[in-house]
Amino acid sequence: MKLIIAIIQPYKLEAVMEELDKAEIHLKTVSHVLGCGRQKGRSEIYRGVKEAGNLLKKVRLEIAVNDNYVEATIKAITTAAKTGQVGDGKIFVLDLENCQRIRTGEKGAEAIG
Amino acid sequence: MINTGDTAWVLVSTALVLLMTAPGLMLFYGGLVRRKNVLSIMMQSLFLLCLISLQWILFGYSLSFGPDVGHFIGNLHWAMLRNVTGAPNPDYAPTIPHTLFMLFQMMFAVITPALITGAFAERMKFSGFALFSLLWAILVYDPICHWVWGAGGWIRNLGALDFAGGTVVHISSGIAALACALVLGKRKTYHNGATPPHNLVFTVIGAGLLWFGWFGFNAGSALAANELAVNAFLVTNTAAAAAALTWMAIEWRINGKPTILGAASGVVAGLVAITPASGFVSAGSAILIGITVGIACYFAVAVVKTKFGYDDSLDAFGVHGVGGTTGALLTGLFAQKIINAGGNNGLLFGNPSLLKIQFIAVAVTMAYSFTVTFILLKIVDAVVGGLRVEENDEIIGLDITQHEENAYTLID
Amino acid sequence: MKSTKYQLPIFLALVLLAAIALCGIFPAHAQEIAKNQPQAKIDTGDTAWVLMSAALVFLMTPGLAFFYGGLVRRKNVLSILMQCMVALCVISIQWVLCGYSLSFCPGNGFFGSLQWLGLNGVGLTPYAAYAPTIPHQAFMIFQAMFAVITPALIIGAFAERMKFSAYLIFIALWSLLIYNPICHWVWGVGGFLRNMGTLDFAGGIVVHINAGIASLVAAIVLGKRKGHEHTAPRPPHNLPLTVLGAGLLWFGWFGFNAGSALGANGIAVNAFVVTNTAAAAGGIAWAILEWLANGQPTMLGTVTGAIAGLAAITPAAGFVSVMPSLIIGLLASVFCFIAVAVIKPKFGYDDSLDAFGVHGISGIWGVIAVGLFASKAVNPLGADGLFFGNPHQLYVQAIAALIAVGYAFAGSFIIMKLVGIFTDMRVTDDEEAIGLDLSQHQEGAYTILE
Repeated sequence: MKLIIAIIQPYKLEAVMEELDKAEIHLKTVSHVLGCGRQKGRSEIYRGVKEAGNLLKKVRLEIAVNDNYVEATIKAITTAAKTGQVGDGKIFVLDLENCQRIRTGEKGAEAIG
Repeated sequence: MINTGDTAWVLVSTALVLLMTAPGLMLFYGGLVRRKNVLSIMMQSLFLLCLISLQWILFGYSLSFGPDVGHFIGNLHWAMLRNVTGAPNPDYAPTIPHTLFMLFQMMFAVITPALITGAFAERMKFSGFALFSLLWAILVYDPICHWVWGAGGWIRNLGALDFAGGTVVHISSGIAALACALVLGKRKTYHNGATPPHNLVFTVIGAGLLWFGWFGFNAGSALAANELAVNAFLVTNTAAAAAALTWMAIEWRINGKPTILGAASGVVAGLVAITPASGFVSAGSAILIGITVGIACYFAVAVVKTKFGYDDSLDAFGVHGVGGTTGALLTGLFAQKIINAGGNNGLLFGNPSLLKIQFIAVAVTMAYSFTVTFILLKIVDAVVGGLRVEENDEIIGLDITQHEENAYTLID
Repeated sequence: MKSTKYQLPIFLALVLLAAIALCGIFPAHAQEIAKNQPQAKIDTGDTAWVLMSAALVFLMTPGLAFFYGGLVRRKNVLSILMQCMVALCVISIQWVLCGYSLSFCPGNGFFGSLQWLGLNGVGLTPYAAYAPTIPHQAFMIFQAMFAVITPALIIGAFAERMKFSAYLIFIALWSLLIYNPICHWVWGVGGFLRNMGTLDFAGGIVVHINAGIASLVAAIVLGKRKGHEHTAPRPPHNLPLTVLGAGLLWFGWFGFNAGSALGANGIAVNAFVVTNTAAAAGGIAWAILEWLANGQPTMLGTVTGAIAGLAAITPAAGFVSVMPSLIIGLLASVFCFIAVAVIKPKFGYDDSLDAFGVHGISGIWGVIAVGLFASKAVNPLGADGLFFGNPHQLYVQAIAALIAVGYAFAGSFIIMKLVGIFTDMRVTDDEEAIGLDLSQHQEGAYTILE
């Protein structure tokens, strides 16, 4: 079992969701986050004063998958979220020790499916 | 002879109609778009408020209400407000300063193009919008305003009744909205369904301010603090309430639940429909007008739009175009001389000819507004190199790409 | 001495002392002046308009709260709303107790007498020297709303860092010692600037210069916000809220300016027209400036320009015609743009929400503009300005502006220092970092879940 954390552009969320659905990956958690990488970011104007922003709005996806789904998930996210520009984001893959469905008490691989 | 009571009431009404644009309509529309576009839609209304305020005093008022040329347009004798003084103008309002009448009408000229912004929300380029709106005010609003309200205007001479702007404001902008939605095409993410409103609370505040401001719009159009104003006030409130309840009832029946957005849309639909009728019909008729328009607009927004698939994003056509048409035609049914001796009797009160006149006024306004809007959009398209923002900019959002601003922060 | 325990009693004692001092020093002769007034009759139309205008001006304070509230960080939005709302409460009471009397009761050149303390003698019959066709109390309550919004404007300068108790003492003293005297000088019967022929239709000196200069002082005395020493301004947390506020301000300003005609007459209509025109010109001008300077017009810039236009036309509304108002609005935006986008970053004072940059600068420009563009053709009770052949008026306006700037600057400085003796002006660094909502009011504006 792996936990996949992906940081993507907010406006790519819809496309990523679509790709994930196609790959039959349904379990996910999405949140708004701020972050920055190499991308300098868009400037903003405050009453005529131009500011370079440092932290950018991003969306963070958390997806728990069984091992055979890892590549499919990564592929779905990259396909949908890639623009080729700086700022497209990152995907982290972590080992997942356990998973339990609260309703039924199922554990491990079954709970993810 | 200036009457202080009348002057006081029209001063207040003018402020109320301003409130409808800023911030009423801004919040109403702003809440309905996605959070990445809220500033752009507010900016459009605000920019129009500034732009048309100046256009109106420079020459717009003169074109609309100035001395008649061929029943079609006013001449430029009143440009830069020359000959527009504190003395009343008996053609328009005999008991208030002429400047005040000019000012009251200015707020109508401001809100009309602002209504159209609902049709091209979330995708129009700001420079294209600015140019289009200015041209539209000059070539569509000012002439139609002159025909219907200007001394010597041909629709006015015909005897058509439009108390507070059913044809001038709502049909003209509603039809233009349809043309805009058709010419600009759908938003990238629009799949025959609504994009979720990002902040319905703003929309409700906006609807409340619109309802509040509409008392100035309609009751102020009596141009005096008299029984006509009171009647307009009463029927305005009645029709808004009736239309909202109708909309809610239909939703309850069809979708199982009444929604706050439905109720707010119903309120606006009712207010739109009663606008041309408010000085001519009784409170009983207002209930019927409200119910009819509730049904008509719900049908336009939920059935017709989905079926034909045009992206009238915030239903500027569905509510203002359809509602205005309903109201203007129903005025031909329900108008009563008992309410307003200066008006006429409608079909139900033994005068079928009024309905015919109303129909002509509506049809001509529609045809003119649609054609000219269409041509203007094509011209502006050529001048600014594309009406829409680039696809990537649309996906990122207009706030940041057109104005370099963010509406909200995430942290702090 | 810096113990919260003593703040309130000391503050009350100061107020009392000041009141007694004024009573003793300046004997009143309001009664005899009142007797000499011509007979006046109430006009229902005028009264309806002034009552409505008072409500419109009232609405400007909540409008200002939203305007400022949207611009600060989310952890401080309630503190701004609270400061505005509490100004409504504190100054409303101060006004009926002593403020109105100090400002408008005929006295000497510098202070109103205390005859009208507690509205004693301020009845329902018109007081012809101010407004011959409306009840005296209608005039009083209309003016009360001006007295409220003036200190509220200053909030923009010390946003996100002033201690609430210090704020309360500050506005109470400031109203008493700065607003009431300047109001009397300019508008009160016997006021020396009024006698000099200064024209200030709706409060360019009394409201905007006054509050703007006090803002500058407050920003300098309080110092910068923490974490803001080197970096640029924080992004506004909710701009749509600011737009709501700006809309309500524009709406309310019609009461502010057109209501200042104190009747539903030609002057009111003229004021209404020029107010709207100047606001529109200001908004457009700022948008264009930004378009040229930064490549894109912004929402915040446009509303800021509109507010600058509104502030600049305030003193001129009853004296200039519509074409000059266009110029006044346009130039107001230009001057304020320079103040906000060039001067402020250069000198580095933290006028957080540009209370000085917008109200101070526009106020000064507006008062000077009266001296340029005023015309007797618009208002026979006014005067001609420089462009209508009377350079003297420009001189009078400049002197009046200068005196007001000097007094407001020195007075506000002293008051800030005075309050600073009894209590800390700023919250502690920790409290500032946590945010004023939680540290000053134990409330949070938004929930994250549910």
